[in-house]
Amino acid sequence: MGEEVKLIGARGSPFNCRVEIALKLKGVEYEFIEEDLANKSPLLLKYNPVHKKIPVLLHNGKPIAESLVILEYVDQTWEGASILPQHPYERAMARFWAKFIDDKCMSALWNACWSKGKEQEKAIEEANELLKLLENELKDKKFFGGDNIGLVDIVADFIAYWVGAIQEVTGAEVLTKEKFPKLFEWAREFINCSIVKEKLPPRDHLTGFFRIKLEAPDTLKYNPQVR
Amino acid sequence: MGDEVILLDFWPSMFGMRLRVALAEKGVNYEYKEEDLSNKSALLLKMNPVHKKIPVLIHNGKPVCESLIAVQYIDEVWKDKAPLLPSDPYQRAQARFWADYVDKKLYTLGSKVWQTKGEEQEASKKEFLDCLKLLEGELGDKPYFGGETFGFVDVSLITFYSWFYAYETFGNFSIEADCPKLIEWVKRCMEKESVSKSIPDPHKVYEFVLQLKKKFGIE
Repeated sequence: MGEEVKLIGARGSPFNCRVEIALKLKGVEYEFIEEDLANKSPLLLKYNPVHKKIPVLLHNGKPIAESLVILEYVDQTWEGASILPQHPYERAMARFWAKFIDDKCMSALWNACWSKGKEQEKAIEEANELLKLLENELKDKKFFGGDNIGLVDIVADFIAYWVGAIQEVTGAEVLTKEKFPKLFEWAREFINCSIVKEKLPPRDHLTGFFRIKLEAPDTLKYNPQVR
Repeated sequence: MGDEVILLDFWPSMFGMRLRVALAEKGVNYEYKEEDLSNKSALLLKMNPVHKKIPVLIHNGKPVCESLIAVQYIDEVWKDKAPLLPSDPYQRAQARFWADYVDKKLYTLGSKVWQTKGEEQEASKKEFLDCLKLLEGELGDKPYFGGETFGFVDVSLITFYSWFYAYETFGNFSIEADCPKLIEWVKRCMEKESVSKSIPDPHKVYEFVLQLKKKFGIE
């Protein structure tokens, strides 16, 4: 049976990366279609008319949008390593932390990295509270998913990789080894996983992109064109 | 085996209502505990230390927080009766997408309708109705969002019905005028005992919102 899998995405986006990691985990071959977010294609507008955002997965022509929804779909559709745990309670916990990262951590960390002065002090305090919760949740596990990466690890890709790249550019100290040793170690393990490493955008592409952002402060508000 | 199920809730919460509906659909016996949100119980703070919010489902001592996550948990644990999510992965994804849409949009837009006045309120009303119209379009000619049977998206959305009278009265508009098919769907859902017994009288919710407006000085 000919299976057609396409991913409409943007390589610099952590939301996009989540889906690419998941597809790689399942050994799924797919065609990647890079979207220009400043000039959205008719294809994107057709397949995600509600939010007009990437990533959008197309499976045999049928679209699925919203990265968390896509991750669950990928887990259910293809065999291979599990993304979500098997037991209902553990699944609920994984979903809880994934939602926590999406709803709270993404914007808080972004603000902590980019703001200045008093605003940044306050933003870093908020980020610290959130990161502390994550570090406690990690406990002594190698990954949030246990011995192998799972839903929460994948959803936390921004924390593991993007935050470090922004810190390099802005000098912010949000996630450091001193403040959060366990999380810092987790991040190192995560980005060194062979599956993850292959799908992360090159570090210099990210820092290059962020350096440009540094010069254009009005584009700094957390306003993801991606989900 | 005795299952101990406790629901920490607040009667006008459309999020808490979702769990009431889901548990009723599954025929699960549970203990309902009303929270005073101005004086949160030690149990709530222990069971939801991260957000300190209701609803919280406590199943044999273990908490599940966030209403849509708890509804999915209920669906997976009590899987032999009244399945809420479809079995087909693509249909499940669509159901999750639309429930997520309700979560992202309706509460914030609805809140703006009763909290604002003048031009701001007019703009909020329009956005709110656009949102409902999109959902009405998604419903199409199906009896329920879940198709032939009441499902996940139905649970996610129907609880907002208890707030419609409040939105309409404070916003001075009629939802039925713009979304007649959606109101037909509401009536169909309300015929189900699991729904009608879980959702408070919209007039009581209106009184509650009136008190909130007075308390916060929102005219």
